[in-house]
Amino acid sequence: MRQVAIVAGKELRDGMRNRWVLATTALLAALALTLAFLGAAPTGTVKVSALAVTIVSLSSLTIFLVPLIALLLSYDAIVGEVDRGTMALLLAYPVARWQVVLGKFAGHLGILGFATLVGYGVAGLALQLAGNDDPGAWIAFIVMVASSMLLGAVFIAIGYFVSTLVRDRGAAGGIAIGVWLFFVLLYDMALLGVLVADQGQAVTADALNVLLLLNPADAYRLLNLTASPDVSGFAGVAGLGVRTGLGPGVLIGALTAWVVAPLAAAAALFARRQV
Amino acid sequence: MTSETVVMRGVTRRYGRNEAVRDIDLTLFGGECVGLVGHNGAGKTTLIKMMLGLVRPSAGGVLVLGEDPAAGAAARARRELGYLPENVALHPSMTGAETLAFYARLKRQPVARNAALLERVGIAAAAHRRVGTYSKGMRQRIGLAQALLGSPRALLLDEPTTGLDPALRQSFYEIIRDLRRGGAMVLLSSHALAELEGQVDRVVVMNQGRKVADGSIADLRALAAIQPRIRLRLPCAPRAVANGHDAWVGWTSISENVFELSCEEDEVASALRGLPGSAQDVEIVRPSLDELYAVFQKGAP
Repeated sequence: MRQVAIVAGKELRDGMRNRWVLATTALLAALALTLAFLGAAPTGTVKVSALAVTIVSLSSLTIFLVPLIALLLSYDAIVGEVDRGTMALLLAYPVARWQVVLGKFAGHLGILGFATLVGYGVAGLALQLAGNDDPGAWIAFIVMVASSMLLGAVFIAIGYFVSTLVRDRGAAGGIAIGVWLFFVLLYDMALLGVLVADQGQAVTADALNVLLLLNPADAYRLLNLTASPDVSGFAGVAGLGVRTGLGPGVLIGALTAWVVAPLAAAAALFARRQV
Repeated sequence: MTSETVVMRGVTRRYGRNEAVRDIDLTLFGGECVGLVGHNGAGKTTLIKMMLGLVRPSAGGVLVLGEDPAAGAAARARRELGYLPENVALHPSMTGAETLAFYARLKRQPVARNAALLERVGIAAAAHRRVGTYSKGMRQRIGLAQALLGSPRALLLDEPTTGLDPALRQSFYEIIRDLRRGGAMVLLSSHALAELEGQVDRVVVMNQGRKVADGSIADLRALAAIQPRIRLRLPCAPRAVANGHDAWVGWTSISENVFELSCEEDEVASALRGLPGSAQDVEIVRPSLDELYAVFQKGAP
């Protein structure tokens, strides 16, 4: 555990040094504040709390942005160090390969978690100070921030898997962008296309549930847009959430599985890799 | 003192069809300074990486400090191992002191001792600058400092003296002598035998993945069978030599008045005794280390 903490600490410090922490925190805070004040402007007429509106727009933003940041942070983690030659020296030290993977993962998650917490937290606090009238929306907001970190962890883990899979940094970068496009854009489009074409014949409700859980971005979306009746009413997916029968427990379980599986695969691949 | 530090038995490593290292038997002992010499691509780095467990042998077995270095349980052994890679790669955004502190923590060494180590490799003044701003020699110093962390029992140094200025090279060899006196095994790889002269007890010569020689530099000379030559100047009796007088059989003339004789090592003394008093500028020419090395690289003896 100690070795994991040392590697994680080094990764965090690296993140501070090369401005990753600063850049991502500033980006997320700026976008969150913009969405909070511009997006919440019309709520006065539809009687939905500003915080609830912000949760809907922020979680839609998160689905695009957080996986992208996570993949950019992580795709280089293993293959880059092997390429530069720092990995050979690190592995000559009394540290197991799984400890290297886990430590770097923890460090990167720390960077992304900090950026999310501070970036979104600033927006939440600003809305509170501007006069939030719905304390209940805070629970949904906290769920949204926590699950955004979880979504980040998923894509960092996937990025590590990519990073141990290939021998070339360029290839890792390309695959990472492909992964992002697939999960964030193409998967939903394809799913919608299939559902429309199928007209409810072959794709049953159960099959749809499985298909939604197979994409971590969808699991995240369902988790947040159905978290509270207020939010889901505004997001217009209440019907879907009720009909899918996927409770928060199942969705969080699916996201956790999406963290553990790629990370375990990355550790296993890395253990066999020649440095 | 003379414990077996590294034991390799019938070790072969293939990359696809290419055999980087072929059937190596090698035992290195504590308190020994060993030079690993070979051309680029001779398998030196592969050999060192197998000792570190970074690369697994395709056949044969490796034991370092009594453990299989590629196994998960080798963490204990790695704590007593120092490694300096061929091209020291460090994290450019960390300072020299931070870099060393990071590696000391991984090796469970007190970070407080690092200042002395930085002083020892002569980089204390630049310790709080980022590694990215360092010159090659300075990076090499940090690399050396991290290899020395925690007084290792085995030190594996891949081309350690490239990029070091002569002054640091001297202090580098001094540090190595200290460690050896303390019973550590030091392995130095190099592509030039001449660079290791006077620093190593034993030389292992690699050629195209095979071990072609293993012994002291004197052993290598004997093995290479390059005869020593006696060279002298005879101002007054060139004719006697040219006429093939009995005492001058075997002598050849290199230039006017200068003659040379090749003989076995144990004949040198008697050949010198038989020289006339008129001989001048008598010298014994032994093959240089580069000549010696060339013999092994041709795959000769």
